[in-house]
Amino acid sequence: MTSPVLEAIKVAKVLGHGAGQVHALRGVDLSLRGGELTLLMGPSGSGKTTLLSVLGCMLAPTSGTVSVCGHGTADAGPEVLAQLRRDHIGFIFQTYHLFPTLTAAENVQLALDVRGEAAAKARPRAEDALARVGLSHKLGSFPREMSGGEQQRVAIARAIVSNPSAILADEPTAALDTENGQAIMAILADIANEPGRGVLVVTHDTRLLPFADRIHRIEDGLIVGVETGPARKAELRAASAGPR
Amino acid sequence: MPLNFTLASRNLFHDRLRFVATMIGIVFSVVLVMVQMGLYLGFGDMVTKMIDHADADLWVMRDGTKCFEDPSLIDARKQGAYQAIAGVASAEPLVIGFSDWHMANGAITPVFIVGSNLDGPGLKPWDVTAGSAQTLRDEDAVAVDKTYYERLGISGLGAKAEIRGQPVKVTALTDGVRSFTTTPYVFVDMSRARTYVGIPKTYANYFLIKLKPGADAAKVASAIREQSPKYEVLTTAQFRERSRSFWLFGTGAGAALFAGALLGVIVGTVIVAQTLYSSTKDHIDEFATLRAMGSSNRYIYTVIIYQALLNAVAGFCFAALIGMAVVFFTRSGALPVVITPWLMAAIFLLTVVMCVVSAFAAILRVVRIDPVVVFSR
Repeated sequence: MTSPVLEAIKVAKVLGHGAGQVHALRGVDLSLRGGELTLLMGPSGSGKTTLLSVLGCMLAPTSGTVSVCGHGTADAGPEVLAQLRRDHIGFIFQTYHLFPTLTAAENVQLALDVRGEAAAKARPRAEDALARVGLSHKLGSFPREMSGGEQQRVAIARAIVSNPSAILADEPTAALDTENGQAIMAILADIANEPGRGVLVVTHDTRLLPFADRIHRIEDGLIVGVETGPARKAELRAASAGPR
Repeated sequence: MPLNFTLASRNLFHDRLRFVATMIGIVFSVVLVMVQMGLYLGFGDMVTKMIDHADADLWVMRDGTKCFEDPSLIDARKQGAYQAIAGVASAEPLVIGFSDWHMANGAITPVFIVGSNLDGPGLKPWDVTAGSAQTLRDEDAVAVDKTYYERLGISGLGAKAEIRGQPVKVTALTDGVRSFTTTPYVFVDMSRARTYVGIPKTYANYFLIKLKPGADAAKVASAIREQSPKYEVLTTAQFRERSRSFWLFGTGAGAALFAGALLGVIVGTVIVAQTLYSSTKDHIDEFATLRAMGSSNRYIYTVIIYQALLNAVAGFCFAALIGMAVVFFTRSGALPVVITPWLMAAIFLLTVVMCVVSAFAAILRVVRIDPVVVFSR
């Protein structure tokens, strides 16, 4: 078994103060392993996004520990957390969060630019990443010139271009129709097939279940169930049938 | 080109209306500073014009004389004694003072008389465009500047008037020898100058000392002071600085010009700060995304600083063009705006500093960004 790229142990998170205090997470354990696509499913307000924020080193847990590729986040300052994100995590957002004044290639290249990679090297890598998501023909297109599905593919290219160990996707198909949503998930599943790279997708869309290797169900800030996903089952079936 | 520079420039030019508003603010501010400082330099040059055009190495004057136009009297009979000092090539008295110019139609206007010995070095009219300075030896001859035709009620060479009841005739015209006080200069022979300003023959207002080549100015000045303890002896540069200081700071004129320039800087800073802040606020999701992607604060600051620098460069270029136009149109006015290359460079630096300082508010806004907001927008 591979060691987890992201791991949360007994993570609790309290949001707000006084009477407005909310226990968003109540002792969550979650491991994201390389080579797996994990779905984090739950109803609205269950703590999915809070857990994603904690795992993504954007929110500090109130208690419990989070580690990213073996690096603990306890007592880490904002710049150290930013570096952990920079070095190990790629993000995909529901509303893409592309930079409207930059082209598709520039949007992807930006992820390398913030990591200090020289433009001469970054540009071909950005083009390769866009090719991988099927957007070689859109390098010079601005976000406003692309469909929602294309924009989300640019966002995926941006997330993977720096070869992070973990990809965290927040409702990546929520703003897309079924066809585009399935296409996006196929790309993410393909990315998750790479050894050493784990993909965690937050969703409440059950149509995404076939792509999952593992499914974590969260309710009221607690993981209420972990199950092996259809993709893993199919893989296991294929593996057991193979040697005959 | 760095990608963060591309992002900064595209974001800046993306909202054209805001960019235009920012440019107007910066241009207004920089032009204001440029004109105020140009006036300061122009005023500084103007108030020392007479000193600059006098053929003298040292000026002898009554102790406490504040500026060239301060007509304190000194003993003109010292001329021989000064000329006898080792190292002195010549010592020429200079007479100045206010008087009244009576026009042919009976109107009266004040004038400033400048009288020197026409046979030696001294202070004679320059930039003579009609007639000749040598004609001032003639009976009643005066030289005036042609920009004062209307003030003096004349129309050119040969015009007649009276000063202190004495008839005068314009025999030489200068171009651009203007007074910052707007009182016209009237150049005359020294002996008649005494009559026009009403001082006895044994007095003058200055001695203009010309040194022999290689003479030690300090030693000569010391020798003069020994002979005339109540007089001051200043080099041309020292007298120039004293006159400038008096008019610019003793009168408050310089302070007013600096206050105007400071106002320009404040207005510019506030405008740029406001626009950068609102631009940053409009793009806050992008900055949050950058932060979520793991960008350092420094990377984000660089984007904002690039925007500030772009504002500075673009604003300065427009302002410099306007500034040059102002210089062109005021060049022959009573108080020309003077913009030297050094002033231009200093104002460019000031514009950059102003815009970068303005970026602080935007940077403070960005510092407070919580990257987690990217999940809620």
